[in-house]
Order: sequence, then structure tokens, then C-alpha cells
Amino acid sequence: MYQFTYHRVDSARKAANLAEKNEDAKFLAGGMTLLPTMKQRLASPSALIDLNPASEKLAGIEVKGRNVHIGAMTRHYDVANSKDVQEAIPALAELAGMIGDPAVRHRGTIGGSVANNDPAADYPSACLALNATIHTNKRKISADEFFTGLFETALEPGELITKIVFPVPSKAAYMKFPNPASRYAMVGVFVAKKGKDVRVAVTGAGSSGVFRAGKFEAALTAKFHVKALEGVSASAEGLNSDIHADAAYRAHLIGVMARRAVNKANGK
Amino acid sequence: MPKVSMTVNGKEVSGNIDSRTLLVQFLRDTLRLTGTHVGCDTSQCGCCVVHVDGKALKSCTVLALTLEGANVTTIEGLATDGKLHPMQEAFRENHALQCGFCTPGMIMTSVDIVNRKGNKLDEQTIRHELEGNLCRCTGYHNIVKAVAAGAEAMAK
Ligand SMILES: Cc1cc2nc3c(=O)[nH]c(=O)nc-3n(C[C@H](O)[C@H](O)[C@H](O)COP(=O)(O)OP(=O)(O)OC[C@H]3O[C@@H](n4cnc5c(N)ncnc54)[C@H](O)[C@@H]3O)c2cc1C
Ligand code: FES
Ligand code: FES
Repeated sequence: MYQFTYHRVDSARKAANLAEKNEDAKFLAGGMTLLPTMKQRLASPSALIDLNPASEKLAGIEVKGRNVHIGAMTRHYDVANSKDVQEAIPALAELAGMIGDPAVRHRGTIGGSVANNDPAADYPSACLALNATIHTNKRKISADEFFTGLFETALEPGELITKIVFPVPSKAAYMKFPNPASRYAMVGVFVAKKGKDVRVAVTGAGSSGVFRAGKFEAALTAKFHVKALEGVSASAEGLNSDIHADAAYRAHLIGVMARRAVNKANGK
Repeated sequence: MPKVSMTVNGKEVSGNIDSRTLLVQFLRDTLRLTGTHVGCDTSQCGCCVVHVDGKALKSCTVLALTLEGANVTTIEGLATDGKLHPMQEAFRENHALQCGFCTPGMIMTSVDIVNRKGNKLDEQTIRHELEGNLCRCTGYHNIVKAVAAGAEAMAK
């Protein structure tokens, strides 16, 4: 790890002010991605702005009307075990419970995961399929606009995620084919239906990160049943190939995970 | 150098440390509590698991400075009055270790599982919950047996 200056902040405002003054500073949330990256010297921020002392203000889960608000510093463990999330969006609680291992879930945060936009991370698929809104200290960004590429988001330098707001769907499910070694998604498919609107988001597969599967959405909008997916398959073009799986295999997995997710969403 | 203070195994401790110091380095190098091991340093193996404010964390992936005021328990903090903790005793009884390198992390994770899931644990739950802990010796069978036995013993 390269040397950095360490700052402790107890509010979002202080964090944003410091970030404005330190160009190469980074926010430290759970550190489950940032610290390993710094150890490998793939990141060398001049300063770390530690959001953990601001957890009380930046963490928490609230159901307001037909939306679930989740603070950026909310740990995966707390989302997985929240009665409110389990009731309103069980698929989201289940997704959180599938991230990494118990120790990672105790520390990692939803804000950190979404800001990081790892192409194999789980939360980005939930944000996209549930049509979530990412709130920052400056503005609100829809998930469709937020995830812009591999590890890239619409966040400007120094912009802080404060919370993520998920509309409650009528039906939803997440199916993940985990890489057995890393437990990240080799392919994960999040399917959500709200009114007539059906959204299908795929993580782990795309070479520019999470994406919506248009063909699957169209078929499922006509009829939200696994039978509607007969003959529908994903193209291998633009998918990742690596030692774990080639693009054709990932394309196949998208079809399998999507079907399982639809069945699960329908209670089958 | 910045200063950090926390409670480790019931004792108030503090130190002036480089901001890069990881919790595991603070425990091992500053406090000389070498029971917590570093197996991978890449957040995968779980040898370094300790409890922070009652929850299992990988101490190789947490900065010591971030834990100002926290309450930390390491493997050294489990035994009381020279008597092994029931989970430690269960690992010994069930031959759940060979080289012993993974054992401190395994035991800290196992106690955390009991804290969260209770004293009756089936095999599937134990194997799933131990996903973040790797052992290169035992083949896990005896570890799973030990966790089930230790969990029951902890109820007494
Ligand atoms: C062993 C292991 C297994 C894992 N398995 C999975 C898995 O299966 N699925 C999965 O999805 N993830 C997995 N992860 C990643 C984990 O979910 C991380 O917690 C997450 O990716 C990052 O969250 P964090 O809170 O730790 O963020 P940090 O590591 O602290 O930060 C990550 C990045 O986000 C920025 N950031 C953090 N918070 C904010 C904010 N509020 N606003 C703006 N920027 C911010 C930071 O500056 C940094 O650039 C795994 C990690 C490990 C170590
Ligand atoms: S040393 Fe911390 S997880 Fe391996
Ligand atoms: S006993 Fe040797 S690594 Fe587990």
C-alpha cells in the first residue's frame, strides 16, 4: 500500500467538503474492495475519507410508501436480515445474503458496491432491474443512467452516494451462478415486474458491466411466464470470456438463470 | 503518526501507528497477539477473522484507524481462567485441525455463526457459513463436526 493521509468524518457534508479539497482522495466505506486494491497498488489515493464514523447518519433502511430507502453505509448483512426488506423486496434481501461470505457481508456496504460497479457484483443488477434511483450529495440519478461501463459510473469526482431508493416491485427474483472460488457472480440475472413493466438485468457476463436484456424483457412483458422465454436466448457478442467461462457459456447461463428467476418470481 | 485506541480482549490499548496499518498488523506487531494469522492477505482465507463489536471481520481488510473506540475479541480472548472456550475444546476433541494455521479464524468464525444462528446447526448451514474460511489440511469434515459439537456445548 502506498502512503495516504487519513481523515475521519462524521457527516456526508464533511466528507464531500474534504473530497472537494483533495483531488485524489477516495471515500472509504466497507473497504472490502478498496483496501485489497490498494494493497495490490492498483489504487493509490492521496487521502482516504473514512465514512464509517458517519455510519449512523448514512446507514439505515426505511420503507416510505411504495419505496425502500437504503442508506449508502448500510452493510450487506443488515440488508439481508432486514425484516422490512425481506417483506417488501425479498429478492433484494436474498441477493445481499449471497454476497461473498459472512465476514465480507458484516463490513461491505451497498454504497461502496454500487459506486464500484464491479462487472461481477450483485447489487448493480438489482438497481437496474428494480429501476432504483441513486441519491448523491448533489442530485438523483436513475440506475439506467448510473452504470456507464466497467467499474465506471455517472458519479463525478468527489460525489458521494447518500442512499439508494428501490421501488417495490409486484414480483422479483435474483438467480446467481457464483464463481465457486470468488463467490462473485459468473452470471447473475435479476428479474422484476412492476405493473406491466418487466425489467431483466444481467451481471457477471457483460464486458462493459451490468446490462438489461431487451429480448427477455420484451418476451416477458407479453407474458410473465417461463413459457414466454421459449426460443429466447442471449447472444454471446459483447460477453466476457475468461478462464472461468467463455462468452458462449455465459450466454447460455443467462438463459438458464433468467428462466429460474422467472419461475422463482412466480413462486414456482 | 496518528493515534488509535480500542478495547482488545477487555483491555484498553492504544498506539501511534502508520495510517496504512491493518487491524491484523496492529494486533500482531503492536500488541504481540500473534494468534490471529495471515494466510492470504487478499481477503479470501479467513485465517485473520476476529470479532469487532461482536461481529466476525477479516482483520487483514480493515484499517486499524477506522476502529477507534471499537471492541475487539481475538482468539486469545476466548479462553477464561485457563479453561478453553467450548468451541476450542470441540476443535481439540474432534481432531478438527492438523497444522492449525486456519484454526484461530475457523474458531472465531464458528463462534460468530453460533451467535447469529443459535446452538443447533445442521451440516449444510455450517458448510455454507464457513465459505469464507479455507483449510488446506483437514478436508473440512472434522471441522464441521467440531462446529456442531461446539455450538451445542456453548448452550450449556
Ligand atoms: C472475499 C470477497 C468476496 C466478495 N464477493 C462478492 C460477491 O459475491 N458479490 C459482490 O457483489 N461483491 C462481492 N465482494 C465485494 C463486496 O461486496 C464489497 O463490499 C463491495 O464491492 C464494496 O463495498 P465497500 O463498502 O467494501 O466499499 P469500499 O471498498 O470501501 O469502496 C469501494 C469504492 O467505492 C467508493 N465508495 C464507497 N462508498 C461510497 C459512497 N457512499 N459514495 C461514493 N463512492 C463510494 C470508494 O471510494 C471506492 O472507490 C466481495 C469482496 C470480498 C473481499
Ligand atoms: S489473511 Fe485475511 S482473509 Fe486471508
Ligand atoms: S489445519 Fe492446516 S490449514 Fe487448516
